[in-house]
Amino acid sequence: MYNLIGAGLIVIGGGIGLGQIGGKAMESIARQPEAAGKIQTAMIIIGALLEGLAFGALILGA
Amino acid sequence: MLAKKYFNFIAILVLTLFSFSAYGEETKQEPGNTVNTAQEIKEYIKHHLKDSHDFHFYTNNETGEHRSFPLPVIVWTKDGLKTFMSSAFHHDDNGQVIVEKGNARLVKLHSKIYQLDQGATTVAFDDDHHPTNAHKVLDFSITKSVFGMLLTGLLMLLGFSALARGYKKGHTVPKGVGRILEPLVIYVRDDIAKPNIGEKKYRKFMGFLLTVFFFIWILNLLGLTPLGFNVTGQIAVTACLAIFTAVIYLFSGSKDFWKHTLWMPGVPMILRPILAVIELVGFVLIKPFSLLVRLFANMTAGHFVVMSLIALMITMKESFGAVTSTGMSLVLALFISVIEILVAFLQAFIFTMLSSLFIGMAVEEHDHH
Amino acid sequence: METLLNDFSVGLFFMQGIILIILILLMRKFAWKPILDALQTREDGIQNALDSAENAKLEMQNLQADNEKLLKEARAEREAMLKEGRELKNKMIDDAKAEAQAQANTMIAQAQAAIESEKKSAMADLKNHVAGLSIEIAEKVVRQELANKDKQLELVESMLGDAKLN
Repeated sequence: MYNLIGAGLIVIGGGIGLGQIGGKAMESIARQPEAAGKIQTAMIIIGALLEGLAFGALILGA
Repeated sequence: MLAKKYFNFIAILVLTLFSFSAYGEETKQEPGNTVNTAQEIKEYIKHHLKDSHDFHFYTNNETGEHRSFPLPVIVWTKDGLKTFMSSAFHHDDNGQVIVEKGNARLVKLHSKIYQLDQGATTVAFDDDHHPTNAHKVLDFSITKSVFGMLLTGLLMLLGFSALARGYKKGHTVPKGVGRILEPLVIYVRDDIAKPNIGEKKYRKFMGFLLTVFFFIWILNLLGLTPLGFNVTGQIAVTACLAIFTAVIYLFSGSKDFWKHTLWMPGVPMILRPILAVIELVGFVLIKPFSLLVRLFANMTAGHFVVMSLIALMITMKESFGAVTSTGMSLVLALFISVIEILVAFLQAFIFTMLSSLFIGMAVEEHDHH
Repeated sequence: METLLNDFSVGLFFMQGIILIILILLMRKFAWKPILDALQTREDGIQNALDSAENAKLEMQNLQADNEKLLKEARAEREAMLKEGRELKNKMIDDAKAEAQAQANTMIAQAQAAIESEKKSAMADLKNHVAGLSIEIAEKVVRQELANKDKQLELVESMLGDAKLN
């Protein structure tokens, strides 16, 4: 039960983080479309790091 | 043209819907020969996510008939190496069938092979369904995952050596399957290895990065086929991959890297040991752990979601009727499968990308300090 | 975490490790090395071709510039030669003119001198002739005059008178 609440919290946190990353990346791409490739790569890397964090927490909790 | 495409799509959809609803009717007439209740579905999915010792196609619960393809079992027991085909277990997964090989009594329990303790004739369980009088053995079997890896290795060797032979023959532009593989190799080299590791040093790590990229990608894609592989969803597999990366970047670390990790210049003396501990733990434990967990969790979650959505056609049949539930599950499963194809590539990309990023951090040389 | 650790199969881990090592070694030997080398040579080839094209272009430009220069030089030379020729021609004409003038002058001078001397000699002849003639006349006159004594005297007288005048 507590596991599930914890998982929910992790997902909320991760979702906020991913939203921030994605939103900012979109903004930057809109501002500088010529740098889209680099921004995308950086976005994916940071997203992956965040994902690792969230999954780590989920696995430790499960 | 577009209208024709739409027509084809709708025709296929209708056909599949009808065929599946016909299948649904059939199961209604013969209750009990498929996985039906939510509990059974959960067990089934759980079973699928684990490694198994045979290719299992379907089971008829009524007659108890199994259709499957046995794989060799190679285990290291207390009494030495034992090999036999997994069909010896007769598809038992609850420790009921005991295989006797010499002095060793082996049972299969939740896709794991246990050896019974001396003198025990049946498996005794405690309250959590853990066996009390049996212990695990070292299992070097050609399980489904190992089979998948061998298959992937073979595919890679065939495809890429064909590409390499093409170059040797003097074709500057590859033919056939090489046309797809060559841009991918160039992509890994130019977009993953070079920017992260650097022009000078990337060449040494290309063998590992390319192998790992295609290995993960093909295994991920194999997991989407109906063959039922879940290789990259095995924590042992991802752990092995992550440890490979960790070993490579720890052993190729430059002097600068170790200096910066263990005794960071430019920060107050008091902070240096603390930073050293944090950095060391980060490089030795956290980075490999996040690598292995990411791949494992993504693939497991993907399989879980796809299977759950396919199972919708059974669980929702009561409330929505056969046609609606089947259609819904089909559309949703198709949608998620398309996303999974993207994820299959993305996870291979991210694993390779982060590996090369860590390697790049380790081999980087600082010019001045 | 516990279920995961429970699921962790040490045997699978080993198998995976062995398979991965063998796969990496095999792929390196039979696939990656030849493929990457071939790609490298191909890219180098393309780079070389581009470089040599660039070089050829530069050379072409140099050549063109050279040609231009040569052409210019040739034109200048022709110009100079023409100019020299013209000058030479003018000089020759001038020289010829001057010589002709000088010759003409000397000829005129000679002619004048000749004319002068002729004139002088003609004058002298004339004088002699006139003197002879006048002597003849005078003889005749005198002969006539001296036929009579009076007249002789008169003549003497007038001659003396002339002599005085002289």
